[in-house]
Amino acid sequence: MRHPVSQHPPVRIYLLVAAVLSVITAVEVSVFYLTVLARFLAPLLIVLSAAKFSLVVMFFMHLKSDHHAFTGLFVGPLVIAVAITVALMALFGAFVVGRP
Amino acid sequence: MTGAQNATVTATGLDHRKMGVWTFLGSECMFFGSLIATYLVYKGKSVVGPYPHETLNIPLTSISTFVLLMSSLLMVLALAAVQRGDALGAKLWLFGTPFFGMIFLGFQVYEFSTFVSEGLTLQVNLFGASFFVLTGFHGAHVSVGVLWLLSLWVLALRNRLTRADALLVEIAGLYWHFVDVVWIVIFTLVYLIQ
Repeated sequence: MRHPVSQHPPVRIYLLVAAVLSVITAVEVSVFYLTVLARFLAPLLIVLSAAKFSLVVMFFMHLKSDHHAFTGLFVGPLVIAVAITVALMALFGAFVVGRP
Repeated sequence: MTGAQNATVTATGLDHRKMGVWTFLGSECMFFGSLIATYLVYKGKSVVGPYPHETLNIPLTSISTFVLLMSSLLMVLALAAVQRGDALGAKLWLFGTPFFGMIFLGFQVYEFSTFVSEGLTLQVNLFGASFFVLTGFHGAHVSVGVLWLLSLWVLALRNRLTRADALLVEIAGLYWHFVDVVWIVIFTLVYLIQ
């Protein structure tokens, strides 16, 4: 029995994704130095980082076109890891404004 | 037996090697999640210096981040070359990917040695302990990936990496891209959000 072979994107898509990743990285580093954005720096950088993460996972790791079982195997533990991180930060008071 | 076409039948109809790698990467999410959580929990709680804003070199790390991102591009180009039977392309990109990985490691060695010379060590404060453990484990993963990819490059040089072996390259690529996405998170949470 032959296994289903996933359809991988063409090379031009890989090049496009790499270009977008480069631009997002340049934007990340630029906003780091912009003091006017200091208040929104953390949420902005987290959104940009999540966009880069998603692009690599969807296109370079082919989760966008591969079998959904692989997505479940990866995203399930990822969600648990993020939840544990947020819970630990909350428990240790990382979100409390004005903490010592 | 090599290659997706000759893989054994499984109950899911999916290749068990690829299934195994995705399961492993899921466990790695938990592993790095615990290290990142530890770093974030201890963030700002060092009672003695050096502190992050005094030591972290953003321009240098931005360059190393870009190098690692581009190594991911070379990795998918290597996979595409193997899939279409392009031996020359496979040899070129399978060398380029670990070469960029080694450049990244060179940046990390320089960064670590600079930090140590500035007084930031594993024992000096909470920042040093959590930073070196987190980025050190990531660097160890990059090193494993470099060795894995170089072994595939040697196979390609000996013309023992054919289209039927594309799954071997894809699996190594999944590991390499995972190392890349972990660094994407570390770069943001450790270096840019101080």
